[in-house]
Amino acid sequence: MSQQLKIVIDGKEISAGPGQTIMEAADAAGIYIPRLCFHEGLPPGGHCRLCTVKVNGRPVSACTFPVAEGQVIENASEEMTALRRKIVEMLFCEGNHYCPSCEASGNCELQAMAYRLGLLNPQLPYLRKPRELDASHKDIYVDRNRCILCGRCVRASKLLDGKTVFGFEGRGINKRVAVDAERSLNETPFSVTDQAAKICPTGCLTLKRKGWAIPVGQRAFDKGPIGADIERK
Amino acid sequence: MTENYSEIINEVVEQFGKDRSRLMDITRAVHAKLGYLPEEAIGLIPKALGIHRVEVRDMASFYAFFSREPQGRTVIRLCNSVVERMKGADAVAKAFEKAAGIKFGQTTADGMLTLEYTACIGLSDQAPAALVNGTPLTNLCPADVPAIVQALKAGKSPRELPQARVDLNLRQPGPVIFAPMQRGAAVRRALNMSPEEVIKEMNASRVRGRGGAGFPTAMKWDFCRKAEGGAHYIVCNADEGEPGTFKDRVILAQCPDLVFEGMTVAGYALGAVEGLVYLRAEYEYLLPSLEQCLAKRRSLGLLGENICGLEGFNFDIRIQLGAGAYVCGEESALIESLEGKRGAPRDRPPFPVQKGYKNEPTAVNNVETLCCAARIMEKGAAWFNAIGTKDSTGTKLVSVSGDCEKPGVYEIQYGMSVDALLQLVGGQNAQAVQMAGPSGQCLAPKDFGRSICFEDLPTGGSVIVFGPQRDVLECMHQFLEFFVEESCGWCAPCRAGTTLMCKMVEKVLEGKGTRNDLRQIETLGNTIKTMSRCGLGQTAANPILTTLRNFSNLWDAKVRSEDYVAPFDLKKALQEACAVTGQKPHAEE
Repeated sequence: MSQQLKIVIDGKEISAGPGQTIMEAADAAGIYIPRLCFHEGLPPGGHCRLCTVKVNGRPVSACTFPVAEGQVIENASEEMTALRRKIVEMLFCEGNHYCPSCEASGNCELQAMAYRLGLLNPQLPYLRKPRELDASHKDIYVDRNRCILCGRCVRASKLLDGKTVFGFEGRGINKRVAVDAERSLNETPFSVTDQAAKICPTGCLTLKRKGWAIPVGQRAFDKGPIGADIERK
Repeated sequence: MTENYSEIINEVVEQFGKDRSRLMDITRAVHAKLGYLPEEAIGLIPKALGIHRVEVRDMASFYAFFSREPQGRTVIRLCNSVVERMKGADAVAKAFEKAAGIKFGQTTADGMLTLEYTACIGLSDQAPAALVNGTPLTNLCPADVPAIVQALKAGKSPRELPQARVDLNLRQPGPVIFAPMQRGAAVRRALNMSPEEVIKEMNASRVRGRGGAGFPTAMKWDFCRKAEGGAHYIVCNADEGEPGTFKDRVILAQCPDLVFEGMTVAGYALGAVEGLVYLRAEYEYLLPSLEQCLAKRRSLGLLGENICGLEGFNFDIRIQLGAGAYVCGEESALIESLEGKRGAPRDRPPFPVQKGYKNEPTAVNNVETLCCAARIMEKGAAWFNAIGTKDSTGTKLVSVSGDCEKPGVYEIQYGMSVDALLQLVGGQNAQAVQMAGPSGQCLAPKDFGRSICFEDLPTGGSVIVFGPQRDVLECMHQFLEFFVEESCGWCAPCRAGTTLMCKMVEKVLEGKGTRNDLRQIETLGNTIKTMSRCGLGQTAANPILTTLRNFSNLWDAKVRSEDYVAPFDLKKALQEACAVTGQKPHAEE
């Protein structure tokens, strides 16, 4: 048996296993640390930085940082919430997110995160940069207007599907999700049954011919905020 | 054509042993042969290597020196960094556009010339400067440009041009880095000790990393030595990309032996068999002399097998060229790049000393740090730590540029005040000093009494002097543009935050800003600083944040008293709609 250690998150002492990340330990204890790029079953990506917590005063990403005995962690403080809200605001202003007309509305983790963190109206300037839409595949759209570069599809396609259909291209503000083909997604072995097809937190990867299938009231975040599943534990 | 490409690419891939980790070299070689990276090549390289096309696209699209469009036979990369623009790079750019008949970012119709801008190329002391097919041209003035363009168009090699001259500008040599050295002395002394004793000596010297972060070198070596792994690596970070830094250029030109000496000492201390130098692409012109120096050391038995006759101490050094990316100066991004990938930093832990290059324990040290290590071995820890201050032992190289009489490299003792440095370089009437480059801080005269050392003002070496005539805020804006360009894009706060911040700063500088805009800029800056993944993002907002603190008067003078000013011009925004509908916009009250 491995020895349990104690850490403190927002004043609450919880026990953690050696080798766990802060996020894993918090999840197990029913404490939600906001995240967008992390997905259970995939290695952490460290892209969105929403899960940043302060460990003994120093900011680290909870999805990658290992627990250690006696850590004092600041998670849901006003300061951390404000910093996270600002990141979500940045993501809204960076891409082109029109919630009312988006099929993912109600199931979208970005939108749900904005609600949870209390983002009312962005103060930052919108970039309004046109982004490429790839509708070449018979079953799936790639609408990069809605992409937040979380890299979940990239990791899932490589590690869960064994295909490496997706990757990144470019740098800085011009970074985008690329496909493993000369031109477009239909040239790849991507399939609607792939794990990568089901893992997008926003409406960037969307099923064709299945629009607005779930009635309002029954969508993922109609009944409770994002993270409620963890907090119910 | 495809068949031809296929042959070329297969040959290159074979040349690098079909090794995926050499993708950088492979891509560089293909680029050199074809003049750019056509889509066909992006498809053929992965085929030959047995990897995915998107992996090659990922890597190749990351670096500034890889072009996906056909380029001219001669590529002129004019540096338009802040100091270069202070020294007239804009006028030089105009002269190039006029003489070549094209804009920057374009190639002449005859395929002879391409004009591009590039970030700091390590020649701020002889600005404006450009790289022409890798050859540096310095001290450019608009009047020279027509003759340069004519000569290059006629097929003349850039090396034959009168401007193809790099001055050393070593203004003040000191006892540690630029004192005469005896080749092999440090290595021989190290080999008379055990590796543990070498690290102990380093520890006694209290030497800290010269890149700016100041991590104790002995501790890094100790962690690395003790970390379990199949192999250990010492990596020399010769990717100085901080605008205004050029000290490593001078070291690599003047005393490469000392660097390799330090690497060999480190190799022995760490138990490494291979050392790697990551040389920024902008310094490719230094490669032949560096290779020559390595060859000499091999011939003297200072590299290779059984070094200095010590049975079983085998160590050699390979130089890896980069391809234009500031972020690769960050040690984990540098390692990713060494492995032939995009230079995206890694999350830590694990630290490079635990899992670095090829997932093996790796110590990454600055060029200057390795020189210190060699000198400590040669002259002893006590000699070294008698120089400098308590927590900052030894000397520091600073690269001074901007509005001063004697720009260049100075080896100063730690603890020197900014004022004293300004005296030394002839920059007494400075309005502001950018300490440690854009990622450092912009100092006002009230801070000139402070000392250059880890305890007070740490620096990687870049010191930029702004004279009274400069628009400091415009310079800060240009620094921010640099970070926008160099952000790797991995994490949201740095990727989106820097661009959004730049837009907001532009609004203020255009005279459309309010006090609320300044507050928003500060909040955004603090978010980028706290939440970004690596040092680049964590410092990218510094030009703005430190001037909001130290030059609040300048910012205050820029903002208007209204609560809100629209970022756009309503009339202009409605122009198109009005033209289409034949209506006139409402006249504003």
